[in-house]
Amino acid sequence: MHQNTGPDDAPELVRVLAADGSVAPTPAAEPYLELIDALTDAELEGFYRDMFVVRAFDQQATNLQRQGQLALWPPSFGQEAAQVGSARAARPQDHLFPSYREHVVCMIRGVDPVDIIRVMRGLTHGGWNPADPKNGNTHIYTLVLGSQTLHATGLAMGLTLDGKSGSGDPQTDEAVIVYYGDGASSQGDVHEAMVFAASYRTPEVFFLQNNQWAISVPVATQSRSPLYRRGAGYGIPSIPIDGNDVLASYAVTRVALDEARAGAGPRAIEAMTYRMGAHTTSDDPTKYRTADEEESWARRDPIARMRAYLRGRGASDAFFAEVEAQAAAVAEDARVRTAALGGIPTDLMFDHVYTEPHPLIDEQRAWLAGYEASFEEEPS
Amino acid sequence: MPFSRALNAGLRRAMTENDRVIMMGEDIGRLGGVFRVTEGLQAEFGEQRVLDTPLAESGIVGTAIGLAMAGFRPVCEIQFDGFVFPAFDQITSQLAKITNRHEGALSMPVVIRIPYGGHIGAVEHHQESPEVYFTHTPGLRVVSPSTPNDAYWMIQDAITSTDPVIFLEPKSRYWQKGEVDAAARALPLHASRLVRRGTDVTLVGHGAMVATLLQAAALAESEGTSCEVIDLRSLSPVDYGPILDSVRRTGRMVYAQEAPGFTSLGSEVAATVMEKAFYALEAPVLRVSGFDAPFPPAKLEGTFLPDADRILEAVDRTLAY
Repeated sequence: MHQNTGPDDAPELVRVLAADGSVAPTPAAEPYLELIDALTDAELEGFYRDMFVVRAFDQQATNLQRQGQLALWPPSFGQEAAQVGSARAARPQDHLFPSYREHVVCMIRGVDPVDIIRVMRGLTHGGWNPADPKNGNTHIYTLVLGSQTLHATGLAMGLTLDGKSGSGDPQTDEAVIVYYGDGASSQGDVHEAMVFAASYRTPEVFFLQNNQWAISVPVATQSRSPLYRRGAGYGIPSIPIDGNDVLASYAVTRVALDEARAGAGPRAIEAMTYRMGAHTTSDDPTKYRTADEEESWARRDPIARMRAYLRGRGASDAFFAEVEAQAAAVAEDARVRTAALGGIPTDLMFDHVYTEPHPLIDEQRAWLAGYEASFEEEPS
Repeated sequence: MPFSRALNAGLRRAMTENDRVIMMGEDIGRLGGVFRVTEGLQAEFGEQRVLDTPLAESGIVGTAIGLAMAGFRPVCEIQFDGFVFPAFDQITSQLAKITNRHEGALSMPVVIRIPYGGHIGAVEHHQESPEVYFTHTPGLRVVSPSTPNDAYWMIQDAITSTDPVIFLEPKSRYWQKGEVDAAARALPLHASRLVRRGTDVTLVGHGAMVATLLQAAALAESEGTSCEVIDLRSLSPVDYGPILDSVRRTGRMVYAQEAPGFTSLGSEVAATVMEKAFYALEAPVLRVSGFDAPFPPAKLEGTFLPDADRILEAVDRTLAY
């Protein structure tokens, strides 16, 4: 069976923390060390907290699916570092386009995790309003692979046309980050997005989480060369990072977003990571990958790595205990609030199909109302 | 004014009135589009508002969606009907559903212009009638003008709409001339239009077929049959009022279209007329269509596409009941 390890030996790979949590920067990480050194203890502990909390939430959601509370759940287990580092690197004015596994990206930007659950429970196709400031310019999940890379590119084109980018002020200039996976990288839309992004020099970062598997198909079937090398063909500078190293994810994304918003054009990052769980709760990874492979990646776990690093810096037992308690509380809150989610009115299906009046919709809405009312009038 | 110039004038006026309106597509800038519909617009409004895009239809529509998210009103040109399919996912899975998916928080004021239909003797993929792929998709509005005046006004109304609009341009009509009243629009975007009065049979169609229906009606007149002609104009939603009124008067109806007949617009309109005006009908509603075969090589298009004679054959059949 194919063994997915990722191009760990790529000379360009940016990694700061080794798997055991020791600081062991690769040569490619050197330019980023100053940015990482500037991080405060509180910020570093915050990265750990984000990762630990979302893992607990993710496990809870997986359990809820097993209990029949959700139709489906796409676990983020194992990919916490890539997501937390990149999301923490974005500035408040930046626009984020997730695909469907970026739970902690959304949570960091302010999206209520129960709003993600509403999608997977079958209550909505969206879940939250990206234009509501409380959701931090975070767009809703996109289930068709790669579609969102074009939407992100179009929005980034708009930022350029409106002069909202490239003024030279990183505090106000806006940029876009779009998430997609190794499977999505085979989609034509991703290719077209990169062509448009390069042509129009969009302020945009393509953030590819290579979690090694597109459901049951290994990344080697998606690409015979490392995916980050494709960037050169579009004229988009692309950097491979150890996606299980939250420090590398943070620093490289921070620089890439700042370069993009400064007018240097799009950037691409390939985060080498691993989906420790199933693609979704519908598949069974034991059918397509080996325990050896899973164990080899478990030894590179992003949370254990950061925990060891923080312990080395002197983080207290009280801190770790407090994070554990917070994670348990968030997971419990999600469970309780999921159970309390009510139903939805039947005529919801007619809402917002169009923004302007539409006779066919009006007719069918009225018919359904009358049909349902006809049952209520019958004696029981 | 020729139909294509009327479209050009409508686009120019829309761009002048709203600086958030932008054009995007292949070869629409310096060349002015392969049918010259966007001629001169880039020179007048600049490269920031008339974008010559990379050759990638999904890219055009997908980035237009992002631009709409950024507050623009993009008008995309798909160069030919058969090339819309690479963009099909972005149109039907994304553009059509984004407002619904966002529970109304985002609108998608995007127009997709598609030259469609036969009669220009072109090669494969350059003459197709894909309208029902889009009318079948909730969330999209689909319209097709048949006269220069409608072209001028309907393109402006499509751009003003906050819903996505598939704007089908009958390419065989691009060079046809007609009066344009720039002072006032005749009808709303989604109204059907009574084109010719008659008493015996109602003829309904859209796009280029309206001219053929008028030709058939003139021939029928010479044989003593009075045909009423209705131009659908809006393919989704359909404005049934004038059609039902007409059928209630004539008792007979023929729908003519270039597209294959199976699960077509004519099928839909016929079924609805049967449901809503059953007792007024003296005969079954008949459809005259392109055949249920791929659009043939151009030398056979004259046989494939309904002409006045095939419409008159259907008129005779409906009168024989």
